[in-house]
Amino acid sequence: MSQIKNFTRGFIKENPVFVLLLGLCPALGVTTSAFNGLGMGLATTFVLLSSNIVVSVIKDLIPNKVRIPSFIVIIASFVTIVQLVMEAFLPELFDALGLFIPLIVVNCLVLGRAEAFASKKNTLSSIADGLGMGLGFAFALTLLGAVRELLGQGAVFGLSLIQADGMLVFVLPPGAFIGLGYLIALTNILKKSLKTE
Amino acid sequence: MAKRESTFINMVLTLMLVTVVASLTLATVYNLTKEPIARAREEARQAAIRMVVPDFDELITRKVMPAEGRDSLEFNFAIKDGDLAGVAVSTYTDKGFSGRITAMVGFHPDGRIVDVVHLQHKETPGLGDKIEKSKSDWSDQFQGMDPATAVIRVTKDGGQVDAITAATITARAYCDGIQRAYDAFRKHVLSEGGIEL
Repeated sequence: MSQIKNFTRGFIKENPVFVLLLGLCPALGVTTSAFNGLGMGLATTFVLLSSNIVVSVIKDLIPNKVRIPSFIVIIASFVTIVQLVMEAFLPELFDALGLFIPLIVVNCLVLGRAEAFASKKNTLSSIADGLGMGLGFAFALTLLGAVRELLGQGAVFGLSLIQADGMLVFVLPPGAFIGLGYLIALTNILKKSLKTE
Repeated sequence: MAKRESTFINMVLTLMLVTVVASLTLATVYNLTKEPIARAREEARQAAIRMVVPDFDELITRKVMPAEGRDSLEFNFAIKDGDLAGVAVSTYTDKGFSGRITAMVGFHPDGRIVDVVHLQHKETPGLGDKIEKSKSDWSDQFQGMDPATAVIRVTKDGGQVDAITAATITARAYCDGIQRAYDAFRKHVLSEGGIEL
C-alpha cells in the first residue's frame, strides 16, 4: 500500500526534524515545553495538509516559472487563517504560540513538501504525505519539548514530576541544540536497527 | 491536463488569480473572526481588571499619558455604590528581556496595590514567565504594598521586591511598569485636580 507508506515514513524513516532536518527554526525556538511543541506541530500539520491539497489540485494550472511565488502565497494564506482562527477561538494557545505562528510561512518543511511532493503527485498521495509529515513534525516537536521541559523544569505538559530546579540550560536556546543532537543520534540508532532486521 | 507553458501572459494571469483568490479568502476569514477576536481580547481585559480591583458595579475607562514613556495608560475606575472602590491601571514597560511587557495594576483608592497581573509578555519561558500568576506566585508579593512608602525596585537595586531567580531583568522591568502606573495614579487620582469622572 503506497498511501500507507506515504503516511508512515514521516514518523521515523524520513522524520522532517530528526532525519530531513527541515523546519529547524520552529523546532528549536518553540520547544521550551511539550505543550508548546504539540501546539506548534499541530498548527504546522494543518498548514502542511491544506497547502499540499491545494498545490496538488492546481499543480497543472501553474506555469513552472512562477510556481514558487504561487506556493508561498498559498502557504502564507493558510498560515494567516490559522493565526486568525486560533486567536479567535483558542486565545490561551494563541498567547503561548502567537509569536511563532507567522514563522510557519518560512518553515522550509511546508514549501519543501509542496515543491518536492505535492507538485508532482496526485491529491490522495499528497494528503497522506502532508498528514504523515505534519504529524511526524508534531511528534518530533512534542518529544523535544517534553525532554527540555523535563530536564529544565522537572515537568512534562506542566505536570511536575521531579521536585527540583532543573537544568537551566535546557530551557534556554542552547538546550534546544543539545536536546536535538541527542534525539537525532537516537533516531540514527533506531533507523540502523530497523535496517538490519 | 498538460502543464501550462511559462509564457508571460500565463505567468501574470496565474499570479494575479492566486493572489486575488488568497485575498478574498483572507478577507472572509478576517471578517468571520473579527468579532470573536475582539470579544476574546475584551474578556481577557475584563478578567484582568476583576482580578486586581475589589468588587464593582460600574467601570469608567479613561486614557492618560504617563510622565515618561510614549504610550498612554488606561485607567479603569471601578465604582461600587457610587464610591470609588479601586482603580485598575493598564501599564507597560519596554525594559523587558524581549520586548514590551503589559500588565494590569490594581490600586486601592488610597494608593495601596491590590494586585498585579500580566497581560502580555515575551519573556523567556521557564524563567521570565514567572511573572504569570499561573506559573509562579512571585507577583503576589506586590499585594498590599504601598508605593508611597515601599520602594518598587528589586532588592539588588535597593528596593523591596525579591527578584526572579535568573530573570532579574524581567523582575526589574515589571517593577518599572508598576512604578509607571503608580506615578500616573498619584498624579491623576491622589493629588488635587485629578481626573474628573
